[in-house]
Amino acid sequence: MRVIKYDDIVARTKALCLDANRHLPADVFGALKRAQEQEVSPLGKNVLDTILENAEIARTKSMALCQDTGMVVVFAEVGQDARIEGGLLTDAIDEGVRQAYDEGYLRKSVVGDPLERVNTGDNTPAVVHVSLVAGDQLRLTVAPKGFGSENMSALRMLKPAEGVQGVKDFIVETVTKAGGNPCPPIIIGVGIGGTFEKAALMAKRSVLREIGSKHPKPHLAQLEEELLELVNKTGVGPQGFGGTQTALAVFVDTYPTHIAGLPVAVNINCHVARHVEAIL
Amino acid sequence: MLTLTTPLRDVKSLRAGDEVGINGVIYTARDAAHQRLVKLIAEGKPLPFPVEGSIIYYVGPTPAKPGEPIGSAGPTTSVRMDGLTIPLLEQGLKGMIGKGGRSPHVIEAMKEHGAVYFAAVGGAAALIAQSIKEVEVIAYPELGAEAVHRMVVENFPVIVAIDSEGNNLYEQGVATYRDPSLKEAK
Ligand code: SF4
Repeated sequence: MRVIKYDDIVARTKALCLDANRHLPADVFGALKRAQEQEVSPLGKNVLDTILENAEIARTKSMALCQDTGMVVVFAEVGQDARIEGGLLTDAIDEGVRQAYDEGYLRKSVVGDPLERVNTGDNTPAVVHVSLVAGDQLRLTVAPKGFGSENMSALRMLKPAEGVQGVKDFIVETVTKAGGNPCPPIIIGVGIGGTFEKAALMAKRSVLREIGSKHPKPHLAQLEEELLELVNKTGVGPQGFGGTQTALAVFVDTYPTHIAGLPVAVNINCHVARHVEAIL
Repeated sequence: MLTLTTPLRDVKSLRAGDEVGINGVIYTARDAAHQRLVKLIAEGKPLPFPVEGSIIYYVGPTPAKPGEPIGSAGPTTSVRMDGLTIPLLEQGLKGMIGKGGRSPHVIEAMKEHGAVYFAAVGGAAALIAQSIKEVEVIAYPELGAEAVHRMVVENFPVIVAIDSEGNNLYEQGVATYRDPSLKEAK
């Protein structure tokens, strides 16, 4: 049985947190460049220029891309033939977050109790989603999430008869209502089917897909394209100032569901779409 | 690009959609600081900075690295301050900087008191930080990133989102580029 050490998980999580907060992923940067070229609104074009320039400054000065360095979301895929030694996986992740946010001059944005609202002071705990997979490795995906965009996300239990049209209407409505709040251009993750929590988790996971990648199922790849086109007709545009580039991508994931239900979750990510992964 | 110097006097000539560089002094306040400021006003007590003609920036920056005045410092969502804004407008607040739309009651009060709402580009926090030259905490240090900071800025980049006549870039812009084939926004 392969052994993965607690301390290695700490060190890797720390490095991923620092990297994610300072470096815009290449696919997102490329998509922003294309959006800048395609945007029709002159003000929108300027906004996209500013966003691209910001990514350059953050990279060269090792600064956070955004002051909202988020609550850290981690997807941990644990190979079932691996053994973690030296402590709990979630403790190791939290320790990595703690070190990164302290030493990396990142903002601590987490309150310990959602009603009492006292800051935990070190940006922990992270939200960790663990799944068991084949093999003996550990894959960590670290995605700090700002709440300007998280707050604009939505979930609705549609009626089965509302079908694909209901799904489209719900997404357009969610994006239009959000306006400039989630810092458009945005990336949209959609989870359709499953149960209440399954839909939300699919939306969250799919928002991290690489821009330009197509869904392996042709009908869903087509739905993604149609949704992107629709969302870019809302007129919201960069920062909500009006324009044609409201979203950079729409990613859909589905799961079997109950005969009586059609859950749909929409997770919105801002243009500071931070996510990095590593395999231990 | 237009330039403005604080304190602001007359903002009537600014129009929604104008790109502006701000020079001078701005003050920061987010949710928790707003609650305290509004409480002081209700009690008739003095405020920690001169509100008349001033600009409040809705921001909670990242910590400054050694030798830097500030870390990354982009705008936060303004609508969260909407329930706490009118008392400050009544004290003569002339400008606010944030991101996203404002509620109708705030826009009405801006018209009444001749104030303007600027948007900074959300997520452009490293770029915006370059225009912040000096920073000093002047009230509520215990609030950390949410404390009231006095910032000296040079060519601080903003866009007039809602002007003193209530013209609203968020509505006008979206109406201009919304595809008529889409159903009415709910
Ligand atoms: S929504 Fe994203 S870009 Fe906007 S302030 Fe929050 S983290 Fe930053």
